[in-house]
Amino acid sequence: MKKRTALTYNLKIAAATENLEIVRDFVHKLAIKAGFEEEVAGQIELAVDEACTNVIRHAYNNNRRRKIDIRVLLDSDKIQIRISDTGKGFEPEALPKPDLKAYVQSSKRGGLGIHLMRSLMDDVEFRFNPTKKNTVTLTKYKRKKTA
Amino acid sequence: MSGFDISRSDKNEVSVLHLSGFLDAHTVNRFENALQDLLKEDRYKITVNLKDLDYISSAGLGVFMGFIEEIREKGGDIKISNLSPKVYKVFDLLGFPALFDICEDEQEALNKFNSAQ
Repeated sequence: MKKRTALTYNLKIAAATENLEIVRDFVHKLAIKAGFEEEVAGQIELAVDEACTNVIRHAYNNNRRRKIDIRVLLDSDKIQIRISDTGKGFEPEALPKPDLKAYVQSSKRGGLGIHLMRSLMDDVEFRFNPTKKNTVTLTKYKRKKTA
Repeated sequence: MSGFDISRSDKNEVSVLHLSGFLDAHTVNRFENALQDLLKEDRYKITVNLKDLDYISSAGLGVFMGFIEEIREKGGDIKISNLSPKVYKVFDLLGFPALFDICEDEQEALNKFNSAQ
């Protein structure tokens, strides 16, 4: 059976929090175009916001001269968003699911975004090659895969 | 442009912060500053009304977590009211309902503060 060709869309943007809104609009529109319902499109948009916020704050230390690459791939069964940076990487697998009570007591705030990404998307994959290219790939299937 | 706005009204001992628009890593400082101002004035009974909040990311949720301990130590609380289903889902995914008093509306939050006095 012939498979429909995937469509890809790219956005390259300065790593500044004021651009999060542009990223969200870009991703939201493409999620709707892919056929996701409004509620799910909102969840995808939030997951991408979290990934980009991590890049801005942690990979680039709020250096707005650095760039974030966002590539969105739409095909018949999914939307896949790859967020790339060339900053310093980190090891998300080492982050446990946040213990909120301990968080509150220590007034720490990190780690919530990664937990949200994992909760909202079907697949979240990190690949790190610090200062060369780090990527986070977020995937949402139109029909959730069964194990 | 989707903006963010914050307004404050004081109802006796309770201060109400009304948030509207989009609360993300870009706008979060304004929320943080508003809470900081309340603490400087020794006002620790705080209701955050989210009726007009369209969007929240973990940056916004982190502010609630960053302040709650200090506020409770001073005998106060942050009660959160009027969450839309979309905003509630984000709070719920991060386990906030177990840690924060989430109220149906602002009046319920005010009543709880008043009855606790």
